[in-house]
Amino acid sequence: MQHLIILPILLPLLSGVLMLLKRDATRLPRRGIALASTALLVVIGACLVVQSDSGQITYYALGDWQPPFGIVLVLDRLSALMVCLTSVLALGSLAYACAGDDRKGSNFHGLFQLQLMGINGAFLTGDIFNLFVFFEVLLIASYSLLMHGGGKDRTQAGFHYVALNLAGSAMFLIALGVIYGTTGTLNMADLSQKVATLDPNRLGLLKAGAFLLLVVFGLKAAILPLYFWLPRAYASAPAPVAALFAIMTKVGIYAILRVYTLIFGSGAGELANFVQPWLWWFALATLALGGVGVLSARDLRGQVAYLILISVGTLLVGVSMNREAPITALLYYMIHTTLVSGGLFLLADAISEQRGKAGARIVPGRGVTQPGLLGVFYFVGAVTVIGLPPLSGAIGKALLLDSAEPSEQPWLWSLLLLSSLAGLVAMARSGSTVFWKAGRGDSEGPRLKPAMLAGLILLLGASPVLSILAGPITDFTHASAAQLLDHGAYAETILPQSDAGGGS
Amino acid sequence: MEALFATVTGFLAASGLYLSLRGRTFPVVVGLTLLSYAVNLFLFSTGGLTTNGAAVISDDASRYADPLPQALVLTAIVIGFAMTAFSVILAMRVRGDQGSDQVNDQRGEESKEEKS
Repeated sequence: MQHLIILPILLPLLSGVLMLLKRDATRLPRRGIALASTALLVVIGACLVVQSDSGQITYYALGDWQPPFGIVLVLDRLSALMVCLTSVLALGSLAYACAGDDRKGSNFHGLFQLQLMGINGAFLTGDIFNLFVFFEVLLIASYSLLMHGGGKDRTQAGFHYVALNLAGSAMFLIALGVIYGTTGTLNMADLSQKVATLDPNRLGLLKAGAFLLLVVFGLKAAILPLYFWLPRAYASAPAPVAALFAIMTKVGIYAILRVYTLIFGSGAGELANFVQPWLWWFALATLALGGVGVLSARDLRGQVAYLILISVGTLLVGVSMNREAPITALLYYMIHTTLVSGGLFLLADAISEQRGKAGARIVPGRGVTQPGLLGVFYFVGAVTVIGLPPLSGAIGKALLLDSAEPSEQPWLWSLLLLSSLAGLVAMARSGSTVFWKAGRGDSEGPRLKPAMLAGLILLLGASPVLSILAGPITDFTHASAAQLLDHGAYAETILPQSDAGGGS
Repeated sequence: MEALFATVTGFLAASGLYLSLRGRTFPVVVGLTLLSYAVNLFLFSTGGLTTNGAAVISDDASRYADPLPQALVLTAIVIGFAMTAFSVILAMRVRGDQGSDQVNDQRGEESKEEKS
């Protein structure tokens, strides 16, 4: 199964291209292809997780051009985990979309598959320029998906999102240019070795490049000064797209985690771990702001968008601590928060559809048609996203709180717990407004379609499963964290042993 | 040559940045385009500036140009071109949907403008 590594990129590409053929065909086969391809992706993701769990880092050299000269895809535990997570999230949001959202614009399924290709590629690539290319693939698909269905709000939020990301891409290229100019390579494993033995005169330039890269990834991950695009873009995107976008901020976090542990990690000589102290304060500020934002949201979708900001802050705090225990915790939390916030976007859409004119706004209005069913979903989603026991959010947050050292505890504990409290207050208020202060629901109103139900169950139901399987999953994330911090092994696997600094 | 190259790149980037901070969609798109030109030039120069250097190994070549930035810049140009096309269409769509080419929807200000 040597070619398994490239399948998560090839499969969505092929099915995406397939859907470009015969654009006027009926929608049923298109949905079938999309669902089959995504379901197959889940299987492939699971296979990759199993394959990576041997602890062996495997790579796929495209065209058999050996690293550091050729382009490589690298599979380790972290990338396998992320690919698997993406495919599960995609299956949930795709199932929901098949209930009718995919008909509101043209070619939803093709774009969706191309977006998956970009995301998977970003997780698997071992070459920093290809990271840029896959970022662009996922971005251009996301631009069109964001505006799927049209409408004034969407095009305007979309323009902000596009302009910001174009500026971000320009900065990404400048950073790559600086890094290539100083080190002479773009292969991540090769970079990690070159950085340590770099001419001291060039260190300043490389450091500037590395900071610029942090700005770009920070824009994708939505850390504090760069988050302004997120609430509006996510709140105006169609529900299945917003749910899939729950993984987009995690792409940024993954890139930060990968680049600043592998290339500028503890083996980087002068530049070892220089980003983490900065990240720590920005992450805490993001956490605090997410807490304020979630209280201020007037719309269920905006509220979930700010909950995503809280989760971004939480994850980045874990990244900035840069030890095995916090990374173990943050990877577990990442699985939880991606699936659950995706599910909450779907739920907000389902609620707004059943409330008629009141929509997703948090105001007393007409009740939902199925208060029992949606109420249960809302309750489960709220409990787990806030981090109340016994569901998975509590486990993730507890692991992270536990991993803090005494010097970090005052900041982390107070801000993380306060932002959780803010989440609790906001979710309780909006839940009671939407479900209890509501009038009688229209019994003739729209009901949940089976496809919507399937999507909701898959994403929100993941939370209890995650808490039941917390043991095996944390074992896996612990092994991933250990593998991630052992950057020497990564470089040894990818690069030929005889490589003694030559080859630039 | 380095000084000229650096000046041109810097000037393009500065103009691009200035324009992309403007309030209407058309200058923003033009600004982003200029910025991407500047980035392409910069990327092109990261391998060092050489004239008449061979990019492919051959016996009678004495100087070499780094071929990798050329490949990178080609990729960047293609992507940047597609993005520019997309943002132009999007800017027109925003104009059509909103009846105004303001990047931020400022209805209050718009109505003031109409009155005056």
